[in-house]
Amino acid sequence: MLEIKNLHATIQGKEILKGLTLSVPDGEVHAIMGPNGAGKSTLSYVLAGRPGYVVTAGSAKLDGQDLLGAAPEKRAAAGLFLAFQYPVEIPGVTNMTFLKNALNAVRKARGEKEYDAMQMLKLLRGKAQVLGMSDEMLKRAVNVGFSGGEKKRNEVLQMAVLEPKLCILDETDSGLDIDALRIVSAGVNALRAPDRSMLVITHYQRLLDYIKPDRVHVLAAGRIERSGGPELALELEAKGYGEDTARGLA
Amino acid sequence: MTQAKALPQEALSSATYKHGFVTDIETELAPAGLSEETVKYISAKKDEPAWLLAWRLDAFARWKKMKEPKWAKLHYPPIDYQAPSYYAAPKVKAGLKSLNEVDPELLKTYDKLGIPLREQEMLSGVTPSVAVDAVFDSVSVATTYKKALEAHGIIFCSLTEALHTYPELVKKYLGSVVSAHDNYFAALNAAVFTDGSFVYIPKGVRCPMELSTYFRINTANTGQFERTLIVADDDSYVSYLEGCTAPKRDENQLHAAVVELVAMDRAEIKYATVQNWYPGDENGLGGIYNFVTKRGLCKGVASKISWTQVETGSAITWKYPSCVLQGDDSIGAFYSVAITSNYQQADTGTKMIHLGKNTRSTIVSKGISAGHAQNTYRGLVRVARTAKGARNKTQCDSLLIGNLCGAHTVPYIESRQPTARVEHEATTSKISEDQLFYCHQRGLDTEEAMALIVNGFCREVMKELPMEFAVEAQKLIGVSLEGSIG
Repeated sequence: MLEIKNLHATIQGKEILKGLTLSVPDGEVHAIMGPNGAGKSTLSYVLAGRPGYVVTAGSAKLDGQDLLGAAPEKRAAAGLFLAFQYPVEIPGVTNMTFLKNALNAVRKARGEKEYDAMQMLKLLRGKAQVLGMSDEMLKRAVNVGFSGGEKKRNEVLQMAVLEPKLCILDETDSGLDIDALRIVSAGVNALRAPDRSMLVITHYQRLLDYIKPDRVHVLAAGRIERSGGPELALELEAKGYGEDTARGLA
Repeated sequence: MTQAKALPQEALSSATYKHGFVTDIETELAPAGLSEETVKYISAKKDEPAWLLAWRLDAFARWKKMKEPKWAKLHYPPIDYQAPSYYAAPKVKAGLKSLNEVDPELLKTYDKLGIPLREQEMLSGVTPSVAVDAVFDSVSVATTYKKALEAHGIIFCSLTEALHTYPELVKKYLGSVVSAHDNYFAALNAAVFTDGSFVYIPKGVRCPMELSTYFRINTANTGQFERTLIVADDDSYVSYLEGCTAPKRDENQLHAAVVELVAMDRAEIKYATVQNWYPGDENGLGGIYNFVTKRGLCKGVASKISWTQVETGSAITWKYPSCVLQGDDSIGAFYSVAITSNYQQADTGTKMIHLGKNTRSTIVSKGISAGHAQNTYRGLVRVARTAKGARNKTQCDSLLIGNLCGAHTVPYIESRQPTARVEHEATTSKISEDQLFYCHQRGLDTEEAMALIVNGFCREVMKELPMEFAVEAQKLIGVSLEGSIG
């Protein structure tokens, strides 16, 4: 599914990713943990193609296809989805309109038939229900006036609608209370599938109680420093990143 | 490498203007130039009554003494008023009686523009949604559903026809809201106007269809000077929409129209405009100079007039659709979206003149500027001493795309009534890089993302448009910004 090799990336001339290598097989959920400033969000932005992030070396492939040379919308059409840490507000554009446009753009790019308004409404209502989102929320402007929990739920709704191959969740647990965390996690778990992989970026073990990862990686100073099974997250929770950070900086 | 699309910096490619074609049709053209003779020529062409010729000549005499207004934030070379021809009409067979006899070339033109000039057969109980008056250069070439509307006592026809069929009505109201001396361009229009639409809604009648006029400039070296007059009698309602397009040309063409609305007791007029005159090319060459005077008089108590405009075209727009709130408890509204890209310039807004007690007005203006364009909102709210309890709320939002364009807000507030409440809010923003990236990440390309974000920005105004036109207008907004994205 996802193959990252020796990835180096800079922002404003400063190198953040320093030879990151990572492989996520089909259907697996991998967690990326690490201290502040290690490059976790940078990794998600570089994969999604955010302007300002410059790849200086290495490669990243999704199902064998090069990601890094493609425009962000092409990567989205290829099946990459980023659940934002800070979802963006788009005033005046309803969730419904936004999702219809996004889904149809992606379907068009994949050579699939576009959905009409009725099909879209039916699809959306079904997906929204799973996340406990009301019709009223579908009619509200994208993320405008949403609480932190609603924004994250909305990200997962978009993910459910767009049915990506690779989901990157960038600190989806930040700002969530325990109830919201449960709902969001259930939404994510419902999307686990043999042909869908996930990269879950988080600071805390807490999220991994709800979204059980197949592998856990420690990202420190721009590189994957350690990898292991779910038990690694528990160890990190107990001992902290101290050792990894020190090694990364050495 | 991964350096993805940067934010739009400047207009790179030309906007796609889909209505820029020319109809090849035999045209009767007045000699170029403007004089008393021109005024008499037009009046004779239309076989007008003596009072109207006198009115025109008086307006022309005044116009000659007036100076072109220079207070707007618009820059353009001097207009040579002697250069164009002031009358151009497609030659038609005499004795035209039915639509079947409209020149096929004209039918084809309107088909191409997406304007239906053939009446659909009326099924029992089903009323068609839109009736159209089609003005081509200086004349109205067809009006649909006239008969169906007559059954309700509604008059919908060209102003020329109204002058002959309903002379008293026209005489009573023509110039009653925008006088022949009102301003430079209104005086010019009064002198040389050639046609336009006339609407009268009788007492207590709710007009069952959208009425609309489609203005088309076709012939080179001409201008268009039309007048629209809408009178809504007591307790009546009408929703009206005008659209306009013109061929792509390197020369500028002048359009100076006048629209007058009169709403009697408890009457309501909704007037919408989708202005898509040729805007000029990406270097600012060509395009229509659009100098328009539009004013509505809320004459009766509790009458309502709303102006909704979507301005995407024209090289120059100078336009301030206004409401005179004379009747007590009358209501005026102005909803505007003005989009300028490339080298377009718009100076547009409204005037709300509160005269009656407890009169209310709402102004919502959305200006979008891209490329090298300049976009100005200019609005006056005046509360007279007589307007006890008057209220106004104004919201002006500007959106900038790129770093080379400008947005300006010039509000004038004059209140002589201590109980009046006048609110003004204004914002200026840019489409953020975050918003664009968010859209891109969801699969939308830059143009789709911009169209979506800009339509969201305009939503408050777009929802005021009649449903039949809202979808078209939304697409138009997307198209207008095509190419303004780096």
